[in-house]
Amino acid sequence: MKYVDEYRDPELIATVAREIAKAARPSRHYRIMEVCGGHTHAIYRHGLKHILPENVELIHGPGCPVCVLPMGRVDDGLSIAGRDDVILTAFGDMMRVPGTCGTPLALKARGADIRMVYSPLDALRIAETNPGKRVCFFAIGFETTAPSTALTLLRARARGIRNFFVFCNHVTIVPAIRAILDSPDMRLDAFVGPGHVSTVTGCRPYEFIAKDYKKPVVISGFEPLDILESILMILRQLDAGEARVENQYRRIVPWEGNLPALRAMAQVFELRPYFEWRGLGFISQSALKLNANFAAWDAETQFEIPGVRVTDPKAAQCGEVLKGVLKPPQCKLFGKECNPEHPVGALMVSSEGACAAYYRYVHTGEAVTA
Amino acid sequence: METIVRTMNRVRFDDAQIEMAHGAGGKASRRLVEGLIVPLLSNHVLATLSDSAVWALDGTRIATTADGYVVKPLRFPGGSIGELAVNGTVNDLAVSGAVPLALMATFILEAGLAGDALRAEVEAMAAAASAAGVSIVGGDTKVVEHGFADGMYITTFGVGRVDDRAQLGPSRVKPGDAILLSGPIGDHGITILLARGELDLEANLSSDTRPLTAFVDALLNSAGAGVHWMRDPTRGGVATALNELVRGNAFGAVLHEEAIPMHDPVRGACEILGLDPLHIANEGQLIAVVDERSADAALAAMRALPGGEGAARIGEIREQPHGAVLATTAYGGGRIIDMLVGDPLPRIC
Amino acid sequence: MCLAIPGQVVEISAEQPLLAKVEVAGVRRSVNIGLLEEGTVQPGDWVLIHVGFAMSKIEEEGAHEQLRMLRALGEDQLALDELRGYTFAEREVQR
Repeated sequence: MKYVDEYRDPELIATVAREIAKAARPSRHYRIMEVCGGHTHAIYRHGLKHILPENVELIHGPGCPVCVLPMGRVDDGLSIAGRDDVILTAFGDMMRVPGTCGTPLALKARGADIRMVYSPLDALRIAETNPGKRVCFFAIGFETTAPSTALTLLRARARGIRNFFVFCNHVTIVPAIRAILDSPDMRLDAFVGPGHVSTVTGCRPYEFIAKDYKKPVVISGFEPLDILESILMILRQLDAGEARVENQYRRIVPWEGNLPALRAMAQVFELRPYFEWRGLGFISQSALKLNANFAAWDAETQFEIPGVRVTDPKAAQCGEVLKGVLKPPQCKLFGKECNPEHPVGALMVSSEGACAAYYRYVHTGEAVTA
Repeated sequence: METIVRTMNRVRFDDAQIEMAHGAGGKASRRLVEGLIVPLLSNHVLATLSDSAVWALDGTRIATTADGYVVKPLRFPGGSIGELAVNGTVNDLAVSGAVPLALMATFILEAGLAGDALRAEVEAMAAAASAAGVSIVGGDTKVVEHGFADGMYITTFGVGRVDDRAQLGPSRVKPGDAILLSGPIGDHGITILLARGELDLEANLSSDTRPLTAFVDALLNSAGAGVHWMRDPTRGGVATALNELVRGNAFGAVLHEEAIPMHDPVRGACEILGLDPLHIANEGQLIAVVDERSADAALAAMRALPGGEGAARIGEIREQPHGAVLATTAYGGGRIIDMLVGDPLPRIC
Repeated sequence: MCLAIPGQVVEISAEQPLLAKVEVAGVRRSVNIGLLEEGTVQPGDWVLIHVGFAMSKIEEEGAHEQLRMLRALGEDQLALDELRGYTFAEREVQR
């Protein structure tokens, strides 16, 4: 596969690994956070941890939009599905996320019309072909996905499709990073910046990390070579005492971002004054809702939703794992009460959840000689 | 390599309701079978949990197997439900080392199903049976109201005589054994997914459904008792089949990712959909664990068969990781391959 | 949902200019190109696909340059290792 295989080339990976080994000062312990859940998964899927030196520690960030959704919001979405004339649509990731009364899949098994889609446009098509039903799309995702939801709503409006609704849970990445930086628990040296969010936002929004907090940020691609090269670039900055934003994922991320995408978002969304994030609490201006022009398509105005705040089960340490304070296996429930088949929190089921990555890809049991 | 101790739980089935995952061939299926069905039916043959039940009848080893087919859509590139129903059961017998002797078939038909559609499936079954060298000697037909059975469901039962050369079972598997695969993975599952038409994906791909009797014969011919274990990786894919082998045993499987054969569109579709090819169903492939000394001959024997050009050696049995399957990459990374969780592709066989 | 992959545009619909057929390893799917500036995408171009939308056009020149530089780095390393090898050999002889 072009633009994938070249970034998995064993020789190039070995080259960069050697450079990393040279660049990492033995006297120093590096704490680098990869913000994006997609990076966490890539790191584990490709077994990158044992290519890195012992003193380069990767800390998993909260960049998993399914994981940071509080259980109460999942319940709200599922309450919409409970109605007879409703078809609830969601990405595959959402289907196994536990709400208080079960996962979407469990509800579907009991008769609710809940369907998996790969695109918000699929959901719109279902609305067009089912005029007698109300079709609600459970929108989740960072700025990577928000423009797609926006374009879908613009199309719904242009075509006069009135039986389509969006339950909007889009969140923005910068406030979460700021919350981590301001948290007294965290001591971080640098960030591996979110690659796909940045295709939309561009690289400027991260400049505050370098300017105000004096920490390097390297926007990274998702293949092994990308992540390793980004870590190398970080180590070189730290070595030189620099703090800048660099773009390793240049082949895809435009420095200025994607203007049509940002325009579409501006037409459809506005910022919520505040939104609750699992693990990080209430963060102001960190999430999107449909603006007044799109009220007719806004599930929150067109359906009555409970809006009840549900806290995580006491024993679950989802919040601490999301902040990077704990590694997944340090959570008391990991692998026991909480596993991919019976998840307590979304981190264990999401394709970007740190716990899922650990559980799927890291060996459990006795030591391995690979 | 980093290790975490996972508590091993006894298999228990406390699920309040049946969900699609229970039919996917992965962890939930295992819980259903091992936690509910096996304990209640309790007998030593069932307890071996192999693809076919093997038992001795007056000194002759007989294998019997049964399988249900609920694939949707009924017809798809490369085959149809009728063909699957014959080949699937023939293959369960074959990988247990048995020469298939006869099949029986039951049909559950939906009222409203076109007569021609049924005719087409029975014709497909006749052709598949003939190609596999078996006869379908009896069965049953039921009809249910319109709205049930999705056209048709078929169950086939098969009986075979275990080849004298076959000495198969997890207890024969040992570290050092080679893991062989008969051909590219993922064709069937992805073909079905695309044939549903729910996704806007097109690819030049067809189901790999075929009888594997010739492959098993070639393996037993070339390696005899050196063939230690075989499985046809249907629902849940290669990952699930190998996990079932190593689970609870004093050895593990190590796969070399670059050695696993796969057609490009399978890889592309899996990347697009976020699926792991190792979890995708196959209907015409087998995994054979073979003594290292016979591995080269066994592989050559498969490759010499028509349709066997894609056969490959994909890994080895090793002492570590105990009870787990590890996949290594060309650049030294490694990851654990678990059994399938959930049901990403429902109703594929 | 960060799952995004590179694919090559093979066709742009004449009736629906926002719809492109994109190919990934032999699998074709319809992708909406409405998030890219009009006229910037042609058949043959590579794009990044996410939830049915093209998010960005892949900058092929830059990608090749980046890989070329990494390969050169690898060659430099090898050259350096070789050089060190000669130095050791010299010392061996002198002893």
